[in-house]
Order: sequence, then C-alpha cells, then structure tokens
Amino acid sequence: MTEPIRLEYTVPGDDFTRAGEASADLKHTLKRMGFPPEAIRKASIALYEGEINLVIHAGGGQIFVELTPEAIRMRLEDEGPGIPDIGLAMQEGYSTASEQVRSLGFGAGMGLPNMKRYSDEFFIESQPGQGTTIQMNVLL
Amino acid sequence: MTIQDIMQLLPAELLTADARLDTQVHNACGSDMMSDVLAFVKDQAVLLTGLNNPQVVRTADMMDMVCIVFVRGKRPSPEVLELAKQRGIAVLATRRTMFSACGILYQAGLRGGGGHD
Repeated sequence: MTEPIRLEYTVPGDDFTRAGEASADLKHTLKRMGFPPEAIRKASIALYEGEINLVIHAGGGQIFVELTPEAIRMRLEDEGPGIPDIGLAMQEGYSTASEQVRSLGFGAGMGLPNMKRYSDEFFIESQPGQGTTIQMNVLL
Repeated sequence: MTIQDIMQLLPAELLTADARLDTQVHNACGSDMMSDVLAFVKDQAVLLTGLNNPQVVRTADMMDMVCIVFVRGKRPSPEVLELAKQRGIAVLATRRTMFSACGILYQAGLRGGGGHD
C-alpha cells in the first residue's frame, strides 16, 4: 500500500491577480504524474473556483490535496465569514459578490455549483462567523 | 480554421510573438464572465473576451484553450501576456466588438460546441 501524496497551498486573501496559482500548480503536477486528462480537468476547474471563492469571500485560506490511485481529494479551509444558508448559496445564479468582483469576471453565482458539478463527491460545512470547509473528491 | 485564419478574418493582431499559428481550432466561446466559461465550456479552443485581467488566462489554461482573442480594442498588460506565453496560449487583439467578432468567426465555420449550438 503506497502512501498518499500530499500537497498544501496557502491562498492569500488580498491578491486577486494571484488566485489560480494553486490550481495551475495542481494541474501541472497531475499532468506530470500521468493522471487521466478528464480527472485533471475536473479537479483543476473545481479547485480554481474554490481558490477564487477563498480570495473574494473568505480573506484567503488553506488547500490540502491528497493524491491516491483511487482519487484526487481536495479540502479547502477558511476562517472567513461563513455561509448562513448553504442551500441558497448552492443555487446557480445566487451570489453575494460585490460589483467589483463581478467586474473582474466572477460573482455570477456559479462558483459553488461549478465546484459541485466538477466533483464526484462534494461536502460543505460552514458556521457563520467561523469559516467554511469544503471537501471535493474526483474519483479515478 | 487556424489561429492565423482568425488573425486574417477579424482582423486581429498577434500579441504573443512566438505563438504557433498553424494550430487547428474548431470551437470557440465568447464571454466576459469567467464562471460561465468554467461552467458551460467543453473542448472549446478559443476564448473571445472583453475582460482584461490575469484570470482570463488562468481560466483559458484550466479549460485547455489555445487562443484568447481580446475584443473591443482591449490591450492586456505585460504580466497577462507573460502568463499566456508561459502557458503556451496565443493572444490576439481586435478592435471588433464581441458580437461582430463572434459573428465573423461563426460565418467562417467556427462553432460554439455546446449542446445548443
């Protein structure tokens, strides 16, 4: 039984231009390791949306990735404001993003739905005032 | 259609000098909302956009796109161009509006590639 490979990224909360660096790194790591193209695509898109959310909503956060022969597992943790109504936040088109975020091409209310869409398993926990944890798994 | 063809049809200027212009492309999408591109795009090679920031290149990279066309005379910053070069993405700029640029390329055979196109 081989040990899972673990990757960890810190997403700074104040720099929108750098959002996406972690998912780009993951994508190229997965390519180099020979993961299937469709799994790479799903994982990197889901993580990219997650990274954008960490920057625009949570003031940054941590990403923990675990790679095994069975799955690409990604956990996103933040200590941001949390999500009061997860059901509402999961609806396509619902967004609390500012006009400034929208002018940057995001905040269309597709972030969380996209993360779920591209994950085979998706779990979200959030406490208002304490933060949000999201687990996204792409199965191989 | 090749990237070279897109340059001639629009017309558009090439901003990444060493890009491969003979790459074949069949599908494109036009959007200023990157979340929509991430949600609805599949196997499109060309992104037409009026949005001008590094996330355009990152989105195109995530979707394995090979060419970005900035419409409405938008000129990306050197940092954006450098990121595109690193990712091997050709960057073009045209003075056409989004509607006209998409129309010209559609008429010339480029398709949306989504389920309703």
